[in-house]
Amino acid sequence: MPESKHLEDQRKSWESGTVKKVTDRNPERKKEFMTGSWIPVERVHLPSITTDAEYSEKLGFPGEYPFTRGVQPTMYRGRFWTMRQYAGFGTAEESNQRYKFLMSQGQTGLSIAFDLPTQIGYDSDDPHSEGEVGKVGVAIDTLKDMEILFDGIPLDKVSTSMTINAPAAVLLAMYIAVAEKQGISKQEINGTIQNDILKEYMARGTYIFPPKPSLRLITNIFEYCVQEVPKWNTISISGYHIREAGSTAVQEVAFTLADGIEYVKAAVKAGMDVDAFADRLSFFFNSHNDLLEEVAKFRAARRIWAKIMKEKFHAKSPKSMMLRFHTQTGGSTLTAQQPDNNIVRIAIQTLAAVLGGTQSLHTNSRDEALGLPTEDAVRIALKTQQIVAYESGVTNSIDPLAGSYLVESLTDKIESDVWNYIDKIEEFGGMVRAIENGFVQKEIQDAAYKYQREVESGERVIVGVNKFTVEQEAPKEILKVDPELRNVQIRKIAEVRKIRNASTVKSCLNELREGAKHPEVNLMPLILDAVSEYATLGEICNVLREEFGEYQESIVL
Amino acid sequence: MNDLAERILKGDVRAIARAISWIENNRPEKEKLIDALYPHCGNAQVWGITGPPGAGKSTLLDKIIEIERHRQKKVAVIAVDPSSPFSGGAILGDRLRMQSHATDEGVFIRSMASRGHLGGVAQATRDAIKVLDAAGFDLIAVETIGVGQTEIEVVGLSDLVLLVLVPGLGDEIQAMKAGVMEIGDIFVVNKKDRDGAMKLKAEIEYVLGIQFADQPEKIKPVVMTAASMNEGIDELLTAIDAYVLKISNNGFLQNKRKGRLKSEIRQIFTQKVSAYINQKYDFENRLDKWVDAVYRKKNGPYSLINGKINLFLRESNWL
Amino acid sequence: MKKIIRILIAKPGLDGHDRGAKYVARALKDAGYEVIYTGIRQTPEAIVKTAIQEDVDFVGLSLLSGAHNELFPKVVRLLREQQASDIIVFGGGVIPDVDIPQLKDNGIEIIFTPGTPISDVIQFIEANRERVSR
Repeated sequence: MPESKHLEDQRKSWESGTVKKVTDRNPERKKEFMTGSWIPVERVHLPSITTDAEYSEKLGFPGEYPFTRGVQPTMYRGRFWTMRQYAGFGTAEESNQRYKFLMSQGQTGLSIAFDLPTQIGYDSDDPHSEGEVGKVGVAIDTLKDMEILFDGIPLDKVSTSMTINAPAAVLLAMYIAVAEKQGISKQEINGTIQNDILKEYMARGTYIFPPKPSLRLITNIFEYCVQEVPKWNTISISGYHIREAGSTAVQEVAFTLADGIEYVKAAVKAGMDVDAFADRLSFFFNSHNDLLEEVAKFRAARRIWAKIMKEKFHAKSPKSMMLRFHTQTGGSTLTAQQPDNNIVRIAIQTLAAVLGGTQSLHTNSRDEALGLPTEDAVRIALKTQQIVAYESGVTNSIDPLAGSYLVESLTDKIESDVWNYIDKIEEFGGMVRAIENGFVQKEIQDAAYKYQREVESGERVIVGVNKFTVEQEAPKEILKVDPELRNVQIRKIAEVRKIRNASTVKSCLNELREGAKHPEVNLMPLILDAVSEYATLGEICNVLREEFGEYQESIVL
Repeated sequence: MNDLAERILKGDVRAIARAISWIENNRPEKEKLIDALYPHCGNAQVWGITGPPGAGKSTLLDKIIEIERHRQKKVAVIAVDPSSPFSGGAILGDRLRMQSHATDEGVFIRSMASRGHLGGVAQATRDAIKVLDAAGFDLIAVETIGVGQTEIEVVGLSDLVLLVLVPGLGDEIQAMKAGVMEIGDIFVVNKKDRDGAMKLKAEIEYVLGIQFADQPEKIKPVVMTAASMNEGIDELLTAIDAYVLKISNNGFLQNKRKGRLKSEIRQIFTQKVSAYINQKYDFENRLDKWVDAVYRKKNGPYSLINGKINLFLRESNWL
Repeated sequence: MKKIIRILIAKPGLDGHDRGAKYVARALKDAGYEVIYTGIRQTPEAIVKTAIQEDVDFVGLSLLSGAHNELFPKVVRLLREQQASDIIVFGGGVIPDVDIPQLKDNGIEIIFTPGTPISDVIQFIEANRERVSR
């Protein structure tokens, strides 16, 4: 509700009196002030939630519908967010060492990065993998690599998040197989797979199959895990990459939640009851520099998702309505120039995510504009989280920015704009259709273009890049990946091929092929069989490629 | 330059590409080159593919190329996109949907920007077709976006035109009313899995039925496809083959090609004469004075121009 | 009349981050160039074949996955092998300064590192306009 008439009048007289006296002599810096995502902000904001009824409807209490103030009743007073740094590079051995290092430094969960060939279902010896093996993450070709990756790491004591999408079923199967070899039941293991194919088509590009069979694999995973791996988070519906591709904060939320709607629809269509799987859905968002906009964004997202689950999907369990999310600080905000500045940016973004109520957080390292982070830089990134947690005081009370007139106003505005997008996407017939039409891609591209034009013109200041620059920059120490890596992996694959039972592998792959042909068959058990026999990732994905076809990028600028 | 012609006849990709650049840039050497290549033209079939943006033309072409390659045909594609009226630049992205053929020696894809030519498709395209024809391509497909003049021009340079429509864009009925329907020789309803596909097919057939009410044998085929799912392509090619056979046999194709040549020759002649006279008469430099006179109402436009022409012809001893 | 310059913007390898490439393509179009954009996941072979068919003056390679030391020189090598070494190759993306000298030795004329304004790219193209006039 807009401010009372009384306040309205007061504001008007303030503007035309006190303010005008100053601005006549010293105009403000800009004609219009906006958030980083072009939402206009006013000189002062006034109260918008003024009655108890409005409070109950819009905010409520933490742990209760509509969850605006947080999904847990005690939030960080009970337990801090999980400090989960994404890592992984080169070989499984090196990654294993890095994980052990991070755990010794106080990290509480593992987050695995895979290289591009692995993410796209190619073995290291595939011609497509040239130049890419081990560069952006760890190369996993067979179960053997997975065993090395988690050597000495008890899987019942950690929670592992794997950033894997198109071949998520295969990597999950490998993780299960490793746990079983450690004597741990799959009923006990804890973790997440990203498994969000829709954003791949939209913004990230590591797709393999077309949408329909991809959604089938996703629902297969949902069904399998509900029964067999109940502690596993089966999807991390992601907005991070959409934002990285240049979207606004509103689009980040809108397209992510619209993806969520599509996945829930698919699962329901496959015969699942919403309350059976919805509590295992989790989300993944970005955290940018405009602190207050980001906080408002997270709050709005929680409120909207709760409404979607309750009103659209008729979820009964409150757990189904809770938007739990992981956050990563914005990679695209990092500058190559004056990298130490990035530490400050990351600190602001950390604060935004924490004030926004994130369940887990990855902070980038200052040198990531140029390559994978050095150990030193990673340490600082982790410490940033710890300092906010222990020294800043913001974790002493829940949703501390609630009631800020600006933050509540932004929360409402973002919510309303997001609903507009969601309605538009429904008109297309859902997210898959909207993607086919190029609608979402165009929205993202236009925002990215506008943003970049502003940077080029200097209208949007990036310290150290287009303002306050330094002539000669000191050379930066960056992490190098050994180019010999590919050959190392190729040898490993050859080794595995020697040891495994070739005919068993062949029959597993044939079973998989047969299963793929029949849409009602759940492929998870078949994939599990194949990985246990040391079929390679590429072999498994190639069978599926042949049955499902490959997705063809088609929309241009 | 003869060397270039020889290389083109051998199918040298770099030479073909360079020749098309000469054509696009209107280099004077292009004329001798085209004349040298011309005797080797006439083997290729030329298909125009047009339709509104989003109809799936490039995806359809991608699938057609695949099948034609299996039939051992060499395929060339000219994909025309509009240049920005503001900057003169262009983003040429059609080939993205056909990139699976990028390394196939039997496929040549060239993106052309309309470069401010009215209608978007121009003499440059016609000449590029000749180069590709002489280079030995069996099928040359010209893809343009169907807005306004482009379709008309596409008709003017192809043996047959595929008009690709999709359900749900809303404006296809308007297009039909605007007479665009007369352009197509074969109608493709793409994305046939969408709602409204059958309705669109029915609407097209209805309009065609009226158009050819007294010549039912001339009714054009309507084929349904879902290019991205590889459906309907064989049926489409069958319809095209049948159509090509028909128009080859009944002389229609010959007449079309002759008619095409007629427009081309007329266009080149007119353009050259006009350019010659403009140059001789120093038209561009005189134009501002004329504009001034007409603006200040010293003359009306016709009286001024007619007067100037008469003067010019007398001075050149033509009258 | 100034010849219209044609530029191929390509993403070699498996990297799917196309925000930068798309921005550059669009900005170069606004600067009056004809830009052929072929999307993600292009092999060096496909990029070279495309460059030749399109008779481009420049090829701009965008890569953020760290595979530039292998893939960029491969593009240059293939262009040379196919008698197209007059096409000027430049690159951009996540490329550490320390890798640039070797890339230059391998025939990549210039690398535009993160944060470079588009005007620098346009300046480079215009500075080389004479070399590509055919």
